Amino acid sequence: MRKRRSLAPWCALIAFLAVPPFVWPHSWLLAYLAQSATMIVFALSYNLLLGETGLLSFGHAAYAGLGALIAARVFNAGGMPLVVLPLVGGIGGALCGVLFGFIATRRSGTAFAMITLGLGELVVAAAWTLPGWFGGDAGVAIDRASGPRFVSSIAGWSFGPAREAYALIALWCVVATVAMCALSRTPFMRVANAVRDNPVRAAAIGCYPSRVRYGVVVLSAFFAGIAGTLGLINLELVSTESVGMMRSGAVLIATVIGGTSAFFGPVAGAVVGSPVSARGTLRVSRSMAGGVAGGLICGARRGCCCGSRLSCSPCNGLTRRSSARMRARRWVRSLEPAAVGWMPVARLCCRRCGLRCCSAH
Amino acid sequence: MQSFVINLLNGLSYGLLLFMLSAGLTLIFSMLGVLNFAHASFYMLGAYVGFSVAARVGFWSELVIAPLVVGLLGAALERWLLRRVRRHGHLPELLLTVGAAYLLGELVKLGWGLSPLSAPIPAVLDGPLFSLYGATFARYRAFMMAVSLAMLAVLVAVLRVSKTGLIVRAALTHPQAVEALGHNVPRVFTGVFAAGTALAALAGVIGAPLFVIEPAMAESLGSIVFVVVVIGGLGSLSGALLASLLVGCVQTLAVASDVSLGDLVSIAGAVLPPEWGALTLAQLAPLLPYLLLVTVLAFRPHGLLGRRDDHA
Repeated sequence: MRKRRSLAPWCALIAFLAVPPFVWPHSWLLAYLAQSATMIVFALSYNLLLGETGLLSFGHAAYAGLGALIAARVFNAGGMPLVVLPLVGGIGGALCGVLFGFIATRRSGTAFAMITLGLGELVVAAAWTLPGWFGGDAGVAIDRASGPRFVSSIAGWSFGPAREAYALIALWCVVATVAMCALSRTPFMRVANAVRDNPVRAAAIGCYPSRVRYGVVVLSAFFAGIAGTLGLINLELVSTESVGMMRSGAVLIATVIGGTSAFFGPVAGAVVGSPVSARGTLRVSRSMAGGVAGGLICGARRGCCCGSRLSCSPCNGLTRRSSARMRARRWVRSLEPAAVGWMPVARLCCRRCGLRCCSAH
Repeated sequence: MQSFVINLLNGLSYGLLLFMLSAGLTLIFSMLGVLNFAHASFYMLGAYVGFSVAARVGFWSELVIAPLVVGLLGAALERWLLRRVRRHGHLPELLLTVGAAYLLGELVKLGWGLSPLSAPIPAVLDGPLFSLYGATFARYRAFMMAVSLAMLAVLVAVLRVSKTGLIVRAALTHPQAVEALGHNVPRVFTGVFAAGTALAALAGVIGAPLFVIEPAMAESLGSIVFVVVVIGGLGSLSGALLASLLVGCVQTLAVASDVSLGDLVSIAGAVLPPEWGALTLAQLAPLLPYLLLVTVLAFRPHGLLGRRDDHA
């Protein structure tokens, strides 16, 4: 019974990614699903920081954007097949994480949040100012059909059509999700949870909190780089917008709305939140996202508990450690009031982005 | 050289404006333990409310009315939202203020529209105050400095001399003991929050004629204020003053300078590729506060005058 319940979210995720393109093959649906898949990986990588380690970051888009930028440069240099490009982006993101994490992770809590905000703004300002970084206003474009064939020559895929690119994105999304779920069960992430809950005690046992935070930041930046590269494959473009504060805010909103304690919480948030960030792809996004987000958060008091039971279950390794699980639940409850406070905000954001969609057409 | 003095004065006036924002932020942080992410939004709201008030009753009354209105709004936010979340810890509080920042930004767009507004400078304060070797110092900037310095003096006087200040300072460090003595500590919290937001609104009112009033002003100045607070050391008022002046002067001098990056690097004996060397320091000015942040944090993780008291 428990096993079946633990598989349910996975089945839902795979069905969400795989079924619609066959049932309803519209280009905007593919665009929305590709955006969602990107956002799922992005939000899950963000949750490694916020949910697992208790680090609030305001500059998460920097890792994704810089990872995607590095991937685009490598791809344009002709060195990499498209299939493994997300890995390159991930490594690029992780390198940025090594650099920024060194400065940011010496502090935690509010100071960490502010430092990441400063670093994020630094990257944004640098992307605008420095020549040859992001190619100015135009951004750095790739032609995804142009790379050296690797696996694709076997299947005869060039990844030029949106369908083939989407298949690659969805595959990478599932792979990254599985990897992050596996990561969240490792002893290292348990230590990260300990650092989140009681840093002094963790330090007394011998786990240096700042080192653990550093490690989590690098891992999270790795997955953020993968997410950024998935976005690059989808849009064939990386621009200054992809490091911008809007994107950092969007992933924060998606993760908080979805719930941080459960592994699949951010996935739900990303699925709801991606129409908000998908500009010009969905006219209906306004009402839909507003309704779903409002409904989700309206029932926060009851819904979060259900949510934690439902979506904690994939990480059944937790159940043996009931105290850890209790703590996770307390964490959800602690975020509830904040989520209630977010409700009008989410609605307004949806409305605004919806308006922008309409004006973009 | 002559324009250097004027630029320095301009930088000081900008730095003092930054301090008016960061002072409120620091006070709120040291009292509640949470950084008010919506602080810059209150600054923006102050500018907008001041604009509307000034259109009806004039510049001088807006200096009083706008901070009062925004301060009341801040008190309401603290009383009815933040206080509820407080028992859950700092992270939800921070998230709530982030949400409030978004919300205030949207409200401003709904209320005043997207197009930028320009606040007029009153006739008395228009024009140059003095000129030094041909470069002029605006009268309005002098007024801005005077208001900021007066605010600083009042703040120091209230905190250091008055009995209210004594209670506030005691509540900062020992809230339980102050509560045991019969003082209403939550009300002190609300008062400090209101005072901080009112200061932000005052900064918005007097800063508005120098910048444009637009919905993006919260983000553009906000991130610099947060940088200032971190550079100075979270919770340190004197650190905030030092960092405000530092950032204000560095940014203003960089904008006014005509030195290029290539010139600077050639002093050190290195050579840059031509497209990098052609960048002027003025173009790099938006980067400088953040570079300063990274530099300071690399050497002093707790900021310039921060205390080393938070764990790990």
